[in-house]
Amino acid sequence: MIGRVLPPLPRTARPTLGAGRHLVERNALFFRGHVLVILGGFFEALFYLLSIGIGVSDLVGDVEGPGGKTLEYTEFVAPAMLAASAMNGAVMESFNIMAKLHLSKAYEAVLATPITIRDIAVGEITWSLMRGGAYSAAFLAVMASLGLVSSWWAVLALPAALLVGFTFAALGLAAVSVIRGWQDFEWVMTAVLPMFLFSGTFAPLSTYPDPVAWLARAMPLYHGVSLLRGLTTGAVSGVLLVHLLYLVLLGVAAFWVATRRLEANLLT
Amino acid sequence: MRTALPAMEYWLLRNRRYWRTQLSAMTVGPVLYLAALGLGVGSLVDDNVGADGVQGVDYLAFIAPGLLAVTAMQQGFEESSWPVIGALRWWGSYPAQQVTSLRTRDVLTGHLLYVTVKLTAAVTVFTAIAALFGAFDSAWVLAAAPASVLCGVAHAAPIAAFSITRRVEMSIAAFYRFVILPTSLFSGAFFPISQLPAGLEQVAYVTPLWHGVDLCRDLALGEATFAASLGHVAYLALWAVGGYLLALRLYARRLAP
Amino acid sequence: MSATRDEASTQEGSTALGAAPALVSARGLVKAFGEGDKRRVAVDGIDVEVLEGEAFGFLGPNGAGKSSTMRMIGCTSPATGGTLRVLGLDPATDGPAIRAGLGVVPQEDSLDGELTVRDNLVIYGRYFGLPWKACRSRADELLEFVQLSDRSDSRVDTLSGGMKRRLTIARALVNNPRMVLLDEPTTGLDPQARHVVWERLFQLKRSGVTLILTTHYMDEAEQLCDRLVVMDAGRIAAGGSPRELIAAHCTREVVEARPADGETARPAEVLASLAERIEVLPDRILLYTDSGDDTAAAVTHHHELDLASVLVRRASLEDVFLRLTGRTLVD
Ligand SMILES: Nc1ncnc2c1ncn2[C@@H]1O[C@H](COP(=O)(O)OP(=O)(O)O)[C@@H](O)[C@H]1O
Ligand SMILES: [Mg+2]
Repeated sequence: MIGRVLPPLPRTARPTLGAGRHLVERNALFFRGHVLVILGGFFEALFYLLSIGIGVSDLVGDVEGPGGKTLEYTEFVAPAMLAASAMNGAVMESFNIMAKLHLSKAYEAVLATPITIRDIAVGEITWSLMRGGAYSAAFLAVMASLGLVSSWWAVLALPAALLVGFTFAALGLAAVSVIRGWQDFEWVMTAVLPMFLFSGTFAPLSTYPDPVAWLARAMPLYHGVSLLRGLTTGAVSGVLLVHLLYLVLLGVAAFWVATRRLEANLLT
Repeated sequence: MRTALPAMEYWLLRNRRYWRTQLSAMTVGPVLYLAALGLGVGSLVDDNVGADGVQGVDYLAFIAPGLLAVTAMQQGFEESSWPVIGALRWWGSYPAQQVTSLRTRDVLTGHLLYVTVKLTAAVTVFTAIAALFGAFDSAWVLAAAPASVLCGVAHAAPIAAFSITRRVEMSIAAFYRFVILPTSLFSGAFFPISQLPAGLEQVAYVTPLWHGVDLCRDLALGEATFAASLGHVAYLALWAVGGYLLALRLYARRLAP
Repeated sequence: MSATRDEASTQEGSTALGAAPALVSARGLVKAFGEGDKRRVAVDGIDVEVLEGEAFGFLGPNGAGKSSTMRMIGCTSPATGGTLRVLGLDPATDGPAIRAGLGVVPQEDSLDGELTVRDNLVIYGRYFGLPWKACRSRADELLEFVQLSDRSDSRVDTLSGGMKRRLTIARALVNNPRMVLLDEPTTGLDPQARHVVWERLFQLKRSGVTLILTTHYMDEAEQLCDRLVVMDAGRIAAGGSPRELIAAHCTREVVEARPADGETARPAEVLASLAERIEVLPDRILLYTDSGDDTAAAVTHHHELDLASVLVRRASLEDVFLRLTGRTLVD
């Protein structure tokens, strides 16, 4: 065939199962040159934790944790930071996906290969989880070394953090696939800040006015924070299953919306 | 300075379309932070150490001026980092300004003037909102707002100098994570730096942000002394002018034909 | 290349084509965008058959529906109506399998601006499921093929338009495709860059790869295509080899007369009787004739007409298009 111009390739080019992993490889190729950015995500959470541990914790003293347990303030905030960093990581990734969708034609080129929209969604979310998972693991290690983990249940905090990452990665992808452009993306970012500040992250829900507390309960980050806080402090009860279920259902629904919308947008 | 006005007007025009988004970002951010930290965490702090437990005041009164200075620094960063790279490479604003009668100095000065305008708007909005939260007791807070503008410029000028030399925009993200964020967190805005471990406390004294925070806080609480304030202002001015002169040299090198 | 060799290869080609399987076969293919009031028909029921080993062209002006057709063939855009089979399969159900055998050069470069030149090819090979090692060696071969080896570690944003186009072509070859779709491969390139691209495409074609390309340049269609269809407003106006199309819709030669004052209406009246057919364009008059020199002589004989230039040329696809649609290809 093409032999006179180029040496022939064996015809192995065939759609493979789990082709989404090639999108992970693409991101790894890119970030190979940007190690500092990758590290940055971890340090961001670490800086927050240290500033609270060194400074604010002394001012706040002890707070009431889940199940009425008395916690040092740092113990109280650390799992919330873990959940928030899983969320932030996923949101940062959806920022990158946004750029690929609206600024470059990156996905159009990908779709000309055997890769499908589903593969793209799976691949981008997997990448997001791998990155977020690495941060979470490192963060948990720091927590353990600072004595902020008081139960073996904390072992489950890593998969739980991954779940939080999945839910937000799927939500991010769905948001990116629904909105029209950068102007709308501002609103997505605007939604993230109140969620970060008011999901029982820095103070127990009991200190909020009632309406704010109820709003917080509807937010996915609240469930992530509660789940992780229950695990790292060992205050495990059936309620954690509710948080778990909420995150799973929301994540799956968002994933479904995202693939639907991407198909409608990209396959015109 | 007058010759730089067209460059400033360019930036104002460019951002005119987004003023609503920008104004809401300027408003929503401070409201949320003051509510979450000043009121939320504040109630925990006050329960623990008493209503005058943090340097003699409640937590809201303590962090409001700190947040003012931090807001100014972050705004200064926001407007003199990405936009510098964008103006140079994505939007072609700098190259376009250069082929007019504007000199390199005007291009830089115009941009920084715009940053100053933006900063003034942001700190005004912040001060008003914090006042509504009941964070200020003293009319001296009216002096804290301009002080925070100086703090913002003291950061914006050297950051513009840094940004003009960057070739990959990724390094701006890294700069935020490794410089701006830790500075925000450890320069006395959220807790007194006396709580920092020995070595770090000295580092905090060197950062312009700490001087901005301390200046704003003393003014807002009506506790400023002339000598200390003058010292802070001089130090911040040193960063602003030094950063400007450095940026001038680096702009000249980068924008050279 | 001599005329006889040209002739011979065409004949050889057509016998071979007779037996070749159809890689694309479309019947009544329709593509519409939007619904209700906003509905716009981009492709309006076309029939196309592309055989293995040939170079097939869609010639038409902007908005004719070329890209829409190409994207349906490339299985990245579902057809609205009609039937389409590509590589013997149905795009609606076998998209990934079909795309595995295709190379696509889209109208707008869609290179990954964040990766280096070489990584663009390597990762694209991965998308096709090729092993890393094969991707790397393939990338190096292809960079050689499109003469970009010296830029292999540059970021894509630093390449010129012509280089990006060549890189996109290299990328389309990563999976050793049976068929390559090229949507306006040389639009926007300077003449030199165009010739480099043509030369590479010619080599590909000679090595037996089936090519489908769209263009609004008649010289490109004449150079590269064995067979082409003229497309306008979503429909196919005519089809055949460039030679057949010219023979069927045109005279052998064309005389172009350009009035000095740019006013064409009156000279057109005077010249009308000198040729089989004339076309009046805003700035010149075309006279279709089988003997260009005689007609040109007759034209220059009209001393009362102030003509800036009179020239004779062979009829081209441009003329075919003008005849079929009453419009010029490139405006
Ligand atoms: N994604 C789309 N949405 C709506 N209309 C489209 C879209 N793509 C193409 N069209 C319309 O379809 C027609 C044919 O376009 P196209 O196939 O790109 O033509 P060509 O490639 O020949 O220039 C044009 O009128 C164009 O505006
Ligand atoms: Mg087109």
